Amino acid sequence: MRSNKMHDRMRTVADGAATGLAVLATILVVAPLIAVFVYLIYKGASSLNVDFFTKIPKPVGESGGGMANSIVGSAVLLSIASVLGIPLGIGGGIYLAEFGRGTRLANAIRFTADVLNGVPSIVMGIAAYSLVVVPMKHFSAFAGGVALAIMMVPTVTRTTEEMLLMVPNSIREAALGLGVPNWRSVLSITLKTASPGVITGCMLAFARVAGETAPLLFTALGNQFWSVNMNREIAALPLQIYIYALSPYDDQHRLAWAGALVLIVLIVLAVSLVRYVASRGILKGAS
Amino acid sequence: MKVTAPLSDIRIRKPETISAPAAVTPANTQGEANKVAGEFRQPVSPEVSEVRRFLIGRGNSAIADRAFGGVMLACAASIFGIVLLIAVELVKQSQLSWHKFGLPFFYKFNVDPDTKVPLFWDPVNGSFFALPFIYGTLITSLVALLIAVPLAIGVAIFLTEMCPRFLRGPLSFFTELLAAIPSVVYGLWAFFVLVPLLRLHINPILMQIFNNPATVKLFGWTGLVGEDGLFGGVNLGLGLLAAGVILSIMILPIIASLTREVMTAVPHSQREAVLALGATRWEMIRVAVLRNARIGIVGSIILGLGRALGETMAVAMVIGNTAQISRSLLSTGHSMASVIANEFSEATSDLHRSALIEIGLALFVVTILVNGLARLLVWAVTRGTPARVA
Amino acid sequence: MGVGIEVTNLNAWYGANHTLQDINLPIPANHATALIGPSGCGKSTFVRCLNRMHETNPIARVTGSVRIGEIDIYANASPVEIRRRVGMVFQRPNPFPTMSIYDNVCSGLKLNGYSNRKQLDEIVERSLRHAALWDEVKDDLKKKSGASLSGGQQQRMCIARALAVDPEVLLMDEPASALDPVSTSKIEDLIFQLKSQYTIVIVTHNMQQAARVAEKTGFFLNGRMVEFDSTHKIFTNPSDKRTEDYITGRFG
Repeated sequence: MRSNKMHDRMRTVADGAATGLAVLATILVVAPLIAVFVYLIYKGASSLNVDFFTKIPKPVGESGGGMANSIVGSAVLLSIASVLGIPLGIGGGIYLAEFGRGTRLANAIRFTADVLNGVPSIVMGIAAYSLVVVPMKHFSAFAGGVALAIMMVPTVTRTTEEMLLMVPNSIREAALGLGVPNWRSVLSITLKTASPGVITGCMLAFARVAGETAPLLFTALGNQFWSVNMNREIAALPLQIYIYALSPYDDQHRLAWAGALVLIVLIVLAVSLVRYVASRGILKGAS
Repeated sequence: MKVTAPLSDIRIRKPETISAPAAVTPANTQGEANKVAGEFRQPVSPEVSEVRRFLIGRGNSAIADRAFGGVMLACAASIFGIVLLIAVELVKQSQLSWHKFGLPFFYKFNVDPDTKVPLFWDPVNGSFFALPFIYGTLITSLVALLIAVPLAIGVAIFLTEMCPRFLRGPLSFFTELLAAIPSVVYGLWAFFVLVPLLRLHINPILMQIFNNPATVKLFGWTGLVGEDGLFGGVNLGLGLLAAGVILSIMILPIIASLTREVMTAVPHSQREAVLALGATRWEMIRVAVLRNARIGIVGSIILGLGRALGETMAVAMVIGNTAQISRSLLSTGHSMASVIANEFSEATSDLHRSALIEIGLALFVVTILVNGLARLLVWAVTRGTPARVA
Repeated sequence: MGVGIEVTNLNAWYGANHTLQDINLPIPANHATALIGPSGCGKSTFVRCLNRMHETNPIARVTGSVRIGEIDIYANASPVEIRRRVGMVFQRPNPFPTMSIYDNVCSGLKLNGYSNRKQLDEIVERSLRHAALWDEVKDDLKKKSGASLSGGQQQRMCIARALAVDPEVLLMDEPASALDPVSTSKIEDLIFQLKSQYTIVIVTHNMQQAARVAEKTGFFLNGRMVEFDSTHKIFTNPSDKRTEDYITGRFG
């Protein structure tokens, strides 16, 4: 009898200990991460001013200036990446959801896309370097855009597929039953129904790629001045943050914090939007 | 039994009268009799409406459909194309280094005849060996896993089994956010906050614990303590430990959220069955959830490892950027990814660049294998529902 | 005006599953024909063979012939062309959620390239009147989304949508089974009105519905058509014992 009671008590103790450890782990993780987050926002906000968005960097040693050229440069790079990557990604997602569903080919493509998502982005940078920079014999915004586009395709493919799969089959049947050609049904009915989700999926890919530095290190290279020339080096926000962080000048550190905050805000917006659309559901008001 | 139906003798039930709809007559143009086989008669005025004529005129869309399907397939196949492209370009550019050094690139090294110091990476003399970077990658990833895995699993258990409902949403939102923050931002914080923190507060304590004479006397035989041990040498703050810590912070959200996904995939019936036998909550978790999900949990750990292996910017900013192998975690070093990031744009020769790209190729192959394995494991547990990872 | 359907030696498979066996059936023009039978007997599969919708499943296969009017739908035409002439109403209303009521009703035309604005207005009104829905929605045609109507209204809108392409045959797969009794009776009255202009084939679980609405009825069992006769005969004096057992509720 006594050993039974002790055993039971030990089980209760073990249960309590496990709960305590789990809670402890959560606190150990969440508290510092919140602190990091808050610190980033604080440092960034205190360094952020209007000049940040409108001026280009001052020569080394002078104070003031901003990262306007980096923001514009990032915009150029992201535009190139989006133009190249998003259509391929959406097309791929359409294939996976509407044509190849259940086939072995589709499974292989999906698996490959997931694996590709885990490849370090610097490898994409090397590939773009070899593909674009070497033949052109110089660095360029275009090369950077290609590197980023390569990263966007698997992500957009998967999110598009997920969103399309959420469209109920009854709607596809309704369209086909009317004698609407398959291509028209996929584009005008299925894709249109899923479009809020597909668009936010693209935004998420966009935001992720906006913060990537490694693929740009030897493709776009960075630029101290205003430039929107696709054929030349171009500045980019994350790239500039990296360079400034390692520079010896406090002023440039200040700019780096501000730039980091801009990136964080972009990420927060994108993630929030994705969750909002996901929670509202694909079908507005449908039963 | 084949049944033929006599058409005569149809008795139609009297309908309740409803007002006949005021029909707008369709724009009928020509009449066209529909011939019908057999004994079925048509009512007197067969007309083909404009709508029907229009639709008949549309024809079938077989060509358009096939072309559309083909284009979509091409887009999807571009994924294969991308993998092939990367592989081809990497192999192409690393040919120079491969032909010069061969496979020993990855495990041999020269030794300076005078000082007996191993020479790994020597751009000046054109001799390149990748061992220190492999070492750096492995050690930092190991440290990251050691820190992150227990914590991540604890968080996952808390979130799945113990978390009050109102906290669940915000916490999972926060986790998703953390997984999406760019590497360079983590690196920024690590460089300005984590490194000084380590240098000034944490490393001294570790050094005190590991290097004091008492510990050395007791544990000197392990080789892990003292001046040549895990925490020996100079304390710069920068180094393998700093890289390991920031990596652990970065992979924690991924491991936690994936573990949560595989734990949630365990059906409730399993949990209830164990509870019905009188188990405590922890026993239920251990027996019903963790045991069933363990394959998936291993998968998510491997996925975290995959991320750690390839992480570039944050590591490059705190690892100290030297090509050496040292037992001490406080020493500086390089990972495979960080050396490429650091040296590529200023590579001094084609051979130098080629050697760096060869390291990139190795990184590519390794991360594909690791991620492939991890995805297989996670899929096996969540049964094919595509696992979504930021 | 509707056309008759002649089904000869129709066999259908889903993969290895022989779902329909040797169906022979003449469906008269401008009448309503009901198909009854227990769950899983193949009546839905049969109806989906009439507009080649079963082909949307990649493992489906069909042999035999189905002539609608003078056209053998398997030999002489593509599925897309057939479906424009054979309309279908499904068990659960499936309006297009991103479209207004107006756009829903004329979607079969617009998505096939029809663009004459004025005609579309007329066609939408006519179709909604035929579906007995016009008075209820005429003020909100473009403002309300198709999915915001009640269940019964949505189904009538789906009927209007099917009618707008002016089909010759209207297939209805248990159109009222997901609806409340009031909506059901409205739809039954609708079918009664429509059958003078279209050939209607209605699958139903509800024997009373078949008796109320259709002139001819076919009884399906285990993939075969057991008996096909006038509704009156089927329900008062069936020739086959199995039909009698089903009618009297001994199974199914």
